[in-house]
Amino acid sequence: MKQTILTVTENKHLTPDVCRMTLAGDVSAITAPGQFINLKIDGFTLRRPISVCDYDDKSVTILYKIVGHGTEAMETLVIGTEIDTLIGLGNGYDTAKSGDAPLLIGGGVGVPPLYNLCKKLLAEGKRPSVILGFNKKSEIFYADEFRALGVPTYIATADGSEGTKGFVTDVMKDLDYTYFYTCGPMPMFRAIEKTAKTSGQYSFEERMGCGFGACMGCSCKTYYGNKRICKDGPVLEREEIIWEAHA
Amino acid sequence: MGSTRVTLSGWELNNPIIPASGTFGFGKEFAELYDINCLGTFSFKGTTRDERFGNPTPRIAECPAGMINSVGLQNPGVDHVIAHELPEMKEYFHKKVIANVSGFSIEDYAYTCEKLDKEEQVGILEVNVSCPNVHHGGMSFGTSPASAAEVTRAVKAVTTKPVYIKLSPNVTDIVSIAKACEDAGADGISLINTMMGMRIDLKTKKPVIANKMGGYSGKGIFPVAVRMVYQVYEAVNIPIIGMGGVCNAEDVIELMLAGASAVQVGAANLIDPYVCRDIVADLPRVMEKYHIVNLTDIIGGAHHG
Repeated sequence: MKQTILTVTENKHLTPDVCRMTLAGDVSAITAPGQFINLKIDGFTLRRPISVCDYDDKSVTILYKIVGHGTEAMETLVIGTEIDTLIGLGNGYDTAKSGDAPLLIGGGVGVPPLYNLCKKLLAEGKRPSVILGFNKKSEIFYADEFRALGVPTYIATADGSEGTKGFVTDVMKDLDYTYFYTCGPMPMFRAIEKTAKTSGQYSFEERMGCGFGACMGCSCKTYYGNKRICKDGPVLEREEIIWEAHA
Repeated sequence: MGSTRVTLSGWELNNPIIPASGTFGFGKEFAELYDINCLGTFSFKGTTRDERFGNPTPRIAECPAGMINSVGLQNPGVDHVIAHELPEMKEYFHKKVIANVSGFSIEDYAYTCEKLDKEEQVGILEVNVSCPNVHHGGMSFGTSPASAAEVTRAVKAVTTKPVYIKLSPNVTDIVSIAKACEDAGADGISLINTMMGMRIDLKTKKPVIANKMGGYSGKGIFPVAVRMVYQVYEAVNIPIIGMGGVCNAEDVIELMLAGASAVQVGAANLIDPYVCRDIVADLPRVMEKYHIVNLTDIIGGAHHG
């Protein structure tokens, strides 16, 4: 983890309520896909934890959904705005366990961290496939970006306005894969847990105080002991998750 | 050249800056960021007799000038602290620490304090009778003079190190409770713990926190801390560690003028992990600005003349 000042170089809507922000600066503390950054937004006490969608040696890209006052304020930030940011937070996804053909499953605003993960898996010579789930066609984002990486990209929409009508698991049940990585809402996780045929990793969300393991605000019980979602997670392995411990 | 040194029950600290219990873990996460030996000391995560997971999540709610937590004393238990946390701490922190202790019965407090009292790394036992996030214990011991005194006596009977009682602001008369602790043998008083608070989510129309209520901390409670430290200083003759919403070096000076011999910094650590290091570095400049030579000279200064 590192504290750094990042500068907004892009902040634009992808859909009516999802935006992409790119921030430039020293992002060297980011070491794995699935980590997050914690942004200090003027006017708010606590930082805003947002998962890393992509990063290179001089910038980081996040996708965020406007869900409350904090993200409403983020939407108004103009290019050139400097943001006090803690970066390189959380454990991130472990690509070593993926096997040859991992499946990446994203639901809604859970899609972003899978993008850099997909790039990393490709760079390691693996053959990932992607399932993206949304409520309806107008909410879809990043499908083209995944296709541009040259990976099979399946879409599921709850209302059938694009791709398979139904949920990500309606696609997942017919696919072969060696491992899975996922991020998204809890109902999707529960459906995946029933459908999955292999081991995998889930990235969790929780209300955080600090984001770096000090306050114990985001703890959860696992079969491997108590864990802090911010520091020991947000990624947990399928085998350690106690599903009854999650509301 | 002035001095930032202060003394707590004979223990000299290079400066009065102490990260507060529950916002600093056992120091490990912060030692990854900076050399925490620049601190006066720190108060480690509230420790109980047995391991505790704490309350269900969500445990955190944001407020305009602070936050509410309902962690509920998650900690690995005193035996684990002694066997693992303290030995590990030696690697990155070379001073004595304040051992923060909570309990659910008088016997719990005595048991845990007696064990920690034997650890050479412990400089002060800070007995938390003010946690608002646990039922049957915690704050209930700190809301009446008689029960606060009873805890104090029980701990003093089995320990040798200075015992500071950490008091709750959620009371009608903090002075009578502080005096009762002093009369029962307390070596010092820490105050204030968090104030009971609550937020409701307008979208779900339900409490934000799973446990509904929690402890409000952060800069919004600073004036309450100043007031209570001031009141308690007038009534007792033992040192006070002041805390509650401290964010910068000027807050430290203000709380010391009210009567604090040292100052803890809590919620601010969670927002800016470097805040205590920065306050330590900034103290000499702020002292000069207000013509303060030695920090000890200003303790309780607002009461004189």
